[in-house]
Order: sequence, then structure tokens, then C-alpha cells
Amino acid sequence: MPPTDSTAVTGQPAIRFENVVKKFGDNTVLDDLNFDVRRGERVTLIGPSGSGKTTILRLVMTLEHLTGGYIYVDGEPLTHLEVNGRRVERRPKDIARSTQKIGMVFQQFNLFPNMSVLENITEAPVHVLGRSSEEARTRGLELLDMVGLADKAEEHPTRLSGGQQQRVAIARALAMDPEILLLDEVTSALDPELVGEVLGVLRDIAKSTDITMLIVTHEMQFAQDVSHRVLMFDGGKIVEEASPDVMFTSPTHERTRSFLQAVL
Amino acid sequence: MDWWSWDRALEVLPELLVAFVQVTLVATVIGSVIAAVLGLIIAITRRTAPAFIARPVHAVMEFIRMTPIVIQLLFVFYTFNTVDGMTLGVIVLGVHYASYMAEVYRSGIDAVPKGQWEAATALSMSPARTWRKVVIPQALRTTLPALGTWVISMLKDTPYLTVIFVVDMVRQAENYGSRTFVYTESITMAGLIFLAASYPTSVLLRRLEKRLATY
Repeated sequence: MPPTDSTAVTGQPAIRFENVVKKFGDNTVLDDLNFDVRRGERVTLIGPSGSGKTTILRLVMTLEHLTGGYIYVDGEPLTHLEVNGRRVERRPKDIARSTQKIGMVFQQFNLFPNMSVLENITEAPVHVLGRSSEEARTRGLELLDMVGLADKAEEHPTRLSGGQQQRVAIARALAMDPEILLLDEVTSALDPELVGEVLGVLRDIAKSTDITMLIVTHEMQFAQDVSHRVLMFDGGKIVEEASPDVMFTSPTHERTRSFLQAVL
Repeated sequence: MDWWSWDRALEVLPELLVAFVQVTLVATVIGSVIAAVLGLIIAITRRTAPAFIARPVHAVMEFIRMTPIVIQLLFVFYTFNTVDGMTLGVIVLGVHYASYMAEVYRSGIDAVPKGQWEAATALSMSPARTWRKVVIPQALRTTLPALGTWVISMLKDTPYLTVIFVVDMVRQAENYGSRTFVYTESITMAGLIFLAASYPTSVLLRRLEKRLATY
């Protein structure tokens, strides 16, 4: 199924990377990166570790400082904009307006251990979006039900298994009604037998919503099933870009072939 | 020669207990509150304020930790000689121990995983809200036992208040001695009262530490 391409309507991609450069000290992780993610599109980034995939997600979530270039969300500059040919940083307030449209699920879950499961989910909707606690609670319980953890609402996150914690983290991200969801190796820290329950929840979300997703994963079957497009990264550059069917069956580049051979 | 008399020990006990409650306990409780609040403010300032504020704050804290509390008490007492000794003493104790507690808080704050900050950012939580609802509650959990240890230290430092003429329990014990020319019982009883106050506290702290170790 192709993504519902509302780009034609608004004229703007959900995310645009324009000449994006990211350096850590002298180490260039992303080198002049350009690509668009359309609205409703699910794009998976694959490639060897250190190829810059996770850095891309972290840049979109503003967890890393953008060294060069621009990122646009819904056509609006995220952290930097060009004024009279000069690149200037936006004010934190303006950045926050864009990041509110973005949710992220982390490899290590990062639930708040000092809050109950439900408090984890309702904290931001109440105190960031200004919803009533009643409304946030109802929605939170709905989401917990959706991820199969309705009975764990009052539990503390540390008492849950990794797979359960990650499902709570997914519910927490969705509670903010993000337009864009970033999934950063969300099953990499899980015991193998817990991977399935998390991927199952994500498949359901992919099927039932039109949230734009940018995914970094080593689960190639999952990538093939849910993505509209797969980008192969190496050395901070896009090596190959294709539909999942093409990417996983007949990749053109030697680098992609050897990578897929190693992981499949 | 009788070197120990239970009668004398019992006789001195009431005045010691009064001094303990009126001076030692009051100074420790109020001093601890000042130290705990100020220490947290200092720790957060050092993490969030620009260098031109954070550096001087750090320098002052370093100075306070590296000089004896007696010097600080005498300096403040003779500089602000219109304020009564007890008030100044409590403030000096509080500020002195704030410099230690700030270090405890700092390590607690540093121990909160980076992922917690990142999750808060991903949820668009403001830095102030993140401090209040995520970082400080988690940091407090790990620092509470260590803070308690400093409270016990402060309790044992209250006799220094005598250098600025505050009559605490130890001075009261000495006074009894100078009245009767016998010191052993009164000083011993004062020591036992300190032990009776600090030992149960440290046992409680150890229990608290165990309970706080897991959520």
C-alpha cells in the first residue's frame, strides 16, 4: 500500500533533510544528507552500526546539535533557518512548537521510574498539551489497552518486563498525538522472546494510523512488512534507496548486498 | 575516691536535656533545613546557570568546605555583631553543610541517566518541569541516605557554637562542672545524649537506604 500522499495537498513533506551535516568533534557522521519523508510515509533506515542512522533520528528529536544544513518539519525549519543567506539558530520556544509534533521511542525505553505506568503516559498530555487529567487518563487507559497492558496502569515501570516497558513507552509517545514517530532500535535491548510483542504492537499502529514513521531497526522482516521505503546507509551517506520488496530481494549495490547477507 | 556518681549523673541530666532540645536539636533541625534547601539550589545552579554565576558559586562553596567551621563562626559573629549568636550559628551551620550537601545532590543529579532527559525532551517537557518531576525525585532517592549522614555530622558539630558564646549542651555540662568541680558525669552524660540521638538516626538511615534502593 503506498503512503497516503498528502504532500500534494500541503506541498510540504513531513520531514525534509537539506544538506544535513553532523560532526562529533572531527568525526563526520552525516555528510551532506538530503532526503524527504512524505506525510504518512514509513521509512526505515538500515545499515551497519556507526552509519549515522540513529543520529538522524536524534537530530529530528533535537537531542543532537545540527552541525550544518537544515531540517524542516511540515515545511517549517526545525532548529536552524536561513536569514539573508546566514544560518541562524531558532529560539527554544519556536523549536518546541515543531518538536511537539514529533514522538520518539528509545532503545532503552527511558520510562520515568518515579512515576506509575499511567503517570508516565499522562504527564506530558496534561502539563505540555494542557489537557484535563480526566481526559488524559481516559486516553492513557485506551492506549494501554491497545498495547495490551490495561491491567498495569498503576504498576511501577521497574516491575515490568522489557517488552512491557517498551509497549508503555510506545503508548506514552502516542499519547501526545504525534504526527511523526521516531523508532530508534526499539527491540535491540529486548530478550529475543519479547521482541515479537513489541513489533506486533507497532504493526497494528502502522496498519491503523497514518502517523509518519522514521524507523531504525535490525529487524529486517519487520522493516519489509511495515515500510513504504527503505534507505541503506553507510558512512553517513545514503547508498541505496528502494521499496522494501526491491531492497530485500534484489538490491543493486554491492554494499547493500553484503550488509543484508550479514544480517539476514 | 568516687570517680563516678549516679546521683550526680541523674542530677545534671535535666539541665542537659533542656540545653539539648533548646540549642542542639533546634540548631540541627533548622540548620539541616537550610542546608538541604540551599544545597539543592546550589547544585541546580551549578548545572544550569551560565559560567559567570556557576563558577563564583563553586568557588565560594569550595572555600567554605576547605576552611574550619570555627573560623566561619567567629568571622560571622564578629562581623555581624548586632545579631544574636544562636541565629548566626544556625545560619553558619546551614550554609557550611549546604556546601557538602550540594556535592551529594550533584552526584545524585549526575546519576540520573541521560535517557531520562532525552525522554522528557521527546515529550516536549520544559526543563523546569523535567527537573521537578523527573530529575530531582530520582536524585533525591539516591541522595537521601547520604544527606542524613551529613545531618548527623551537623548534630555533632553543634558544640562549636560555644565559640560564639551559645550555651549548648556541652557548655551546659562544663558549667555544671565549674559549679561543682566535678566534670566526669556531666560530660559523659552529654556524650551519651549525643549517642542516643545519632545512633538510632543512623540505623534508620541504613534501613531507608535499603528501602530506597529499589522502586
